[in-house]
Amino acid sequence: MQDFIRLFFNLEVMAQTLPLLMQGLWMTAKLCAAVIGLGLVGGLFLALGALSHRRWLRWPAFALIDFLRALPPLVLLIFIYSGLPFAGLAISPFAAVAVAFFLNNSAYYAEIYRAGIQSVPTGQTEAARACGLTTGQTLAHVVLPQAVRNVLPDLLSNTVEVVKLTSLASVVSLAELLYSANMARSLTYNASPLVLAALVYLVLLWPLVRLVSRYQRRLAA
Amino acid sequence: MSRPMLEIVALEKSFGDLKVLRDINLRVATGEMVFVIGPSGSGKSTMLRCCNRLEEPTSGAILIDGKDIVGCSSSALNRMRLEVGMVFQGFHLYPHMNVVANVMLAQIKALKRPKDEARERALAMLDRVGLRHRAETMPTQLSGGQQQRVAIARALALDPKVMLFDEPTSALDPELVGSVLAVMKDLKDSGMTMLVVSHEMGFAREAADRVVFMDGGLVVEEGPPEQIFANPKAERTQAFLSRVRA
Amino acid sequence: MDGLDRFLTTFFNARIFARYLPDMLAGVWTTIWLAAAVIALGLSLGLLLACLRAYGWRLANFFIICFADMGRALPPLVLILIIYFGLPGLGLRVPGPLVLILVLGTVLAAFAEEIFWAGLTSVPKGQWEAGRATGLGFTQTLVQIALPQAARLALPPLVNRVLAISKMTALGSVIGVSEILSVASTAQSFTGSAAPLTMGAIAYVIVFLPLVVLTRLLERRFAWKV
Ligand SMILES: Nc1ncnc2c1ncn2[C@@H]1O[C@H](COP(=O)(O)OP(=O)(O)OP(=O)(O)O)[C@@H](O)[C@H]1O
Ligand SMILES: [Mg+2]
Repeated sequence: MQDFIRLFFNLEVMAQTLPLLMQGLWMTAKLCAAVIGLGLVGGLFLALGALSHRRWLRWPAFALIDFLRALPPLVLLIFIYSGLPFAGLAISPFAAVAVAFFLNNSAYYAEIYRAGIQSVPTGQTEAARACGLTTGQTLAHVVLPQAVRNVLPDLLSNTVEVVKLTSLASVVSLAELLYSANMARSLTYNASPLVLAALVYLVLLWPLVRLVSRYQRRLAA
Repeated sequence: MSRPMLEIVALEKSFGDLKVLRDINLRVATGEMVFVIGPSGSGKSTMLRCCNRLEEPTSGAILIDGKDIVGCSSSALNRMRLEVGMVFQGFHLYPHMNVVANVMLAQIKALKRPKDEARERALAMLDRVGLRHRAETMPTQLSGGQQQRVAIARALALDPKVMLFDEPTSALDPELVGSVLAVMKDLKDSGMTMLVVSHEMGFAREAADRVVFMDGGLVVEEGPPEQIFANPKAERTQAFLSRVRA
Repeated sequence: MDGLDRFLTTFFNARIFARYLPDMLAGVWTTIWLAAAVIALGLSLGLLLACLRAYGWRLANFFIICFADMGRALPPLVLILIIYFGLPGLGLRVPGPLVLILVLGTVLAAFAEEIFWAGLTSVPKGQWEAGRATGLGFTQTLVQIALPQAARLALPPLVNRVLAISKMTALGSVIGVSEILSVASTAQSFTGSAAPLTMGAIAYVIVFLPLVVLTRLLERRFAWKV
């Protein structure tokens, strides 16, 4: 038992490695900002493509979404990080992670937006169009605000997934939270930094996870 | 008759193989209120929806104050839709905006009115339908009749030349119908050109200038309300009316 | 033309494809059985916990909710690293595949519990009352009446989650489990070519596309139900 505490909950080691982890957390934050921002925008465009009346837009959009959903994000990341240099495209770890997870999450956000947009009754679009609003104005002022509200729990829960996903960046040696923690582990021969990282994730994400549950229950009621 | 405000010429509409409208011809003079009645599935809604191209006509022309809305480009269409107000059976107020914002949105975005002016106009229109005091309420907190009156105000705020009504009272509880009809009567008295799909026969008798009976995608018979209701000529009209009254 | 040629030999080198096909097939097999084990563990544990929660025992529910929240809030890779690199310090060496199955299965259980529970809570109260009124016990009502209805509601989100978590078996490459991605990475460093990575990506799409298609079919079937 004492060994367990010494190896996993060693306060001394935790305190010692905390600054390193906080640096990692900052990188995690930057990654999240990039991936969430890009993903929300890319996802919207993919969703609009998938909902288009034009077949040449709709089919490629669906194909891309489903391809990205079938491919594990880590595989996409490794492909971009280790594969693209062979094509003469050297890319920084940060850019590789941002691009890989942007692609991956665009597909997930797209599915959520699509469900949201489809949940808005057609009468809303018709009323807006009958008032002379353009397609774009109808989307921006009438459909999207309602769509986003209807799928807020899903948007939130996917955003939690993004934060968790950024931990995979450690695989390509990007010094984010988990990488820093694992680095600290190998330096101290002690798993406490990993446990500390887990606690940081928990503190950040637990409230969001609770919120998602609460929201979903309210919608069901 | 002077130049009609709304003229439907040889309008046809098919959904795939289904011919819903076959050769509809109808003129509505300026300031006239025309009632359209007919059995379910006869194409009344489709005809109305063709008038602002929510439904794309298969062939024919629809003239709004002399300009054809069927042939025009999509940018011209948005401008012409401003001249055609539409009121739906299901109200379709935007649930995420309060009442006055509902009435302001298209004024600002489509008519490019300044915000202040749009708000003033919106409040004036809400006043007209008797709901100025509910301007800051969310639509879902209003009764059906109130929601429908806001929808009318929303259309009126754009200064349309014609108003289309698709069964504006049939989703309402009976005791709420009167308030909406009163607003429509007031609108008629102020000289608005109106094309109304509705089975409120009493109201038609009192306020309509003409009644059109549609069946199977055709205008079967038209005339003054007294004549259509009291002495319909066509057999199909007689059958329909006796069914409705029963 | 030269550029395209080079691109093709870099990413789609047939010789390399052929050479590593047997290894890749072994990797595919590993990925499939790992995923199957994860799904079996995750769904059964999740279902069990959701049912347990229906009994409304305060203390049990507290622990179930904590478990579900933590499983959903923690990145699986953190748990994998803690177990894989931390436990040997206590003299406990857990094999990579087992670590993967335990962690991913537990994480799936956390999500599955929430999904099943959401399904159970949306079964109308009248259904429960009807069950009890016709003389069924609580457990019988739960199993015979509430669960089948909950399962229907739970199916689409559940398949989505199963897909997302099965894909995470690729994390095995980090702890030396020779599933598709590790085979591809190893081959890539041996050959100095990107072709094995392409091959791995293709293998993943072939393995997981059926699940993606399943989510589409379910979506269509349930589109008019909600
Ligand atoms: N989008 C559509 N696609 C295919 N068929 C349609 C479509 N809209 C309407 N129809 C068909 O066109 C016919 C006429 O419909 P319409 O809604 O115009 O009738 P209506 O006279 O308004 O009937 P009601 O009194 O029930 O409102 C019906 O047979 C209907 O099924
Ligand atoms: Mg109709």
